[in-house]
Order: sequence, then C-alpha cells, then structure tokens
Amino acid sequence: MTPTNYSKEEITLPAKGWFIILSLLVGLLLNLLPVNESLLILRPDFVALVLLFWGVYQPQRVGMSVAFVMGLLMDVVNSSMFGQHALAYSVMIFIVLLLRRRIHVFGLLKQAPQIGLLLLFAQFIILLTELLKRSDFPGWHYFLASFTGMLLWPLISLLLKMSHSSKHDPNAL
Amino acid sequence: METTPQFFKHGPSSLVRLVFFIQLSLALMVVDTHFKYLYEVRQTIAVVLYPIQNLAYLPTAISNLANNFFIARDLADENAHFKQQHLIDSGKLQQLSALTIENEHLRKLLEATPKNKSKAILAEIRSVPRDPFNLTIILDKGSQNGAQNGQVIVDNLGVIGQITHTYPWSSEAALITDKNHSVPVQILRNGLRSVASGTGKYKTLELNYMANNVDIQEGDQIVTSGIGDVYPSGLPVALVSKVKRDISSAFAYIICTTIAGVDRNKQVLILSPQLPPENLMDSANIYLEDKESEKNDAH
Repeated sequence: MTPTNYSKEEITLPAKGWFIILSLLVGLLLNLLPVNESLLILRPDFVALVLLFWGVYQPQRVGMSVAFVMGLLMDVVNSSMFGQHALAYSVMIFIVLLLRRRIHVFGLLKQAPQIGLLLLFAQFIILLTELLKRSDFPGWHYFLASFTGMLLWPLISLLLKMSHSSKHDPNAL
Repeated sequence: METTPQFFKHGPSSLVRLVFFIQLSLALMVVDTHFKYLYEVRQTIAVVLYPIQNLAYLPTAISNLANNFFIARDLADENAHFKQQHLIDSGKLQQLSALTIENEHLRKLLEATPKNKSKAILAEIRSVPRDPFNLTIILDKGSQNGAQNGQVIVDNLGVIGQITHTYPWSSEAALITDKNHSVPVQILRNGLRSVASGTGKYKTLELNYMANNVDIQEGDQIVTSGIGDVYPSGLPVALVSKVKRDISSAFAYIICTTIAGVDRNKQVLILSPQLPPENLMDSANIYLEDKESEKNDAH
C-alpha cells in the first residue's frame, strides 16, 4: 500500500467529471462546517487541498479556470472580498501545474511539505490583499492552517486516489 | 508521455491565462470593495450554494437535537428558574408600560417626536466564516423572512452587529467589532455621547477622539444613543475596560469590551426600526462615510 506502488497508468486515468465536481463540493462543505474558535484556526482550506490534488493528478481537467471559479464560490460563502480566493487559488494552481512533474516523483509523505509551501503561498496572497485593504495582521497563528493542511495531504490524496481508481478498475481490466 | 504534446495544445499558454486571471481577480476585488455592482452576482452564487450551506449546518443541527433529547431531565429545573425570572420580568414590565405611557405624555407635552418602536425577527447564527480578517456571522433568515440591509442584530445581552448583505434565505452581518463598523453610543452614567468603532479584535471596541479629561471611568456601561435612527436607543453595547490618559496625545485611549457573546448556535434578534428601508440604508452609508472621512482627517 505504499503510495509509490501506484503505476503511472493508474494515476493518469481520467477521473470522471462528476467525481471531480463532487470532491470539490465536499471540500467546500468541509470549509463551511461550523466549528469552535480553536478548531477554526487549525482548519485547513479543504478546497485548496482538493484543487491541488487534481492539479497534480488531473491537470487536463482541473486548471486555473476551475481554481478561479472555486475561488469565487469560496469568496461568497466566506463573505470575503470578491476575487480574493480566486486570485490565491489560480496562482497556486499555476505553480502546481509548473511543478507537477517534480511533485509526481515523490511519495505522498514527501509531497506533503511541498504542498504545505503552496498552501502557505496561497494564504500569503490572501494576507497580502487584506493588508492592502488596511486590515490588521491577524497574528502568526493564521498560518497554522497551512501546517494542518500539509499534515492532511497524504490522507486526503490517498482517499481521492483510492476512490477514483477503484471506480475505474473494472474499465481498465 | 502523460500529457498531450505541445504541438497539439490549443488555447493560450498558461502564463497568458495566469496573467488574465490575476487581472480579472484584481479588478473584481477593486469593484467589490469600492462599488456595489457585484451584489447581484454574489446573491446568485449564494442562492446556488444555499443547499451546501444548509448541509454543512446539518451535523450541528443533529447534535443540537440529541442534546435537547438528553437534557430533558434538566428541564424541570430550567422551568422553575424561568418561572421565577418571568415573575421578576413581568413586575418590571408593568412598571415599563406605565413608564412608556408617562413618557409618551411627557413627550406630547414637550411636542417631541415619538421614539421609534422596533419589531423583531428571531434568527439563528448559521456559521462563522473561517476568515480571521472579516468579523461576520451568517444568519439563517434572509430577505424572504423580512431581513433587510442595515438592520441591527442583538442577543439577550446586547448589540451584536448589523446586517450587511441579504440573500433570499440567509444574511450576513458585520459584528460591531469589525474594523469598518461604528455604533453611535452614549455613556449610561452621564449621557455623554460618542462613537464606538470596531478594532477588528475579538470583543474589543474603541471610543475615538474623546478628550483627555473626559468623564469616562473603567466599568462604565455604554448603550446605543439612537442617533442616526439605525440603532434603536438604549441597547447595551459594551463596558469600558481600559482608559489611558496620555498627556502627550490629544485624545484619551479608551477600550471597551462588548457585552453580547457571539458564540455558536445562538439565537439572535433582528431588530428593524420602523423607517423606510431607503432611509435606513442612507443612514448606514452616512455612518460609513463619516467614519472614513474621520479616519482620513486623523491621518
């Protein structure tokens, strides 16, 4: 069950469109779950994580336009500036599309720090737009969300991989 | 091997697309913060996403139900407590109605305008966005239930905030602690008027531009003054928690702690002053503009 056991063929199997949309919506749902104050700080951006996963494994399906649209949805449900998350997500996906071959080489555990850096970068863009709007710096704990996102990456990508490859196994055989 | 070769790739290159998306999102941000054109777009997206928002609330709703089921044995205690509270309250209420009538008479004598009465809608806090930057809450009542922009949110303790966006079945409210929000207030002890501005920090308000020798003490209660007709008068807002008088600066540094809690799963009231909605919006806008100009003057 080590992640590197997945062959290239299996990874690049086209996922069904509805499955990608479903996973993104589930990510949105997880971002919306009401939690208490301390968990709110730790909660990673699930939409960003799912987008990164599809960016690495299905770059033909999920590119900057999907990221942009998901960012707009995030802005509405998060009641933030319209376009803020859209900017962060599309830049983040651009970078992951550039680096995806490199990220592919590593196992899930070694991918995690790189994904963490990308999440941090997205958060940094959001912070930058807020600082331009003359908001206060929210404190360093703001970046904790990227750290938990990094820790969750192996789990989330394993789940997404298994659910989309198991669906396609009968077709592949 | 995995991707299609560059020769067969259609459409603009990814760098061009990136630049396009960056420009588009920057434009959207500017338009959203300075103009109101995107209101309908936001509203449409919010309606589309309403089922997901509802679904996200489901676990909380279920746990609430379960809690209600298990705490049934505490109900007798609670009931007794409420009965007692009711007796005390009704005593006070009788006095209040007498006072209201007396007040009306006195106002008639003085030919003063009657105070605005407000009606209320009961709403529930749906969620608190994950963003540390904007202090907002999402309520489960929207324009279909009679919520309007500019209406005031209170709980049993005091003022929470003001509705900033309404969607058909939900609405967004800015907390009074939001950085861009201010409430016209009055010190209960001596009737001194001021404006309490949000600081962006949890439960913290600031009274700006009060002279160094102003008669405000720690522990003073601050209530809404009712000036501007947005906030009904006399609602508790905050307690003064810190007064720092620095001779070197022109103004005293006054920090207050809000009274109302904004914890999860709480019922709140949406108060609507009996004013035409346009007036309500206007007065809300005037406050914001005033605050902006004040800020600019100060800088």
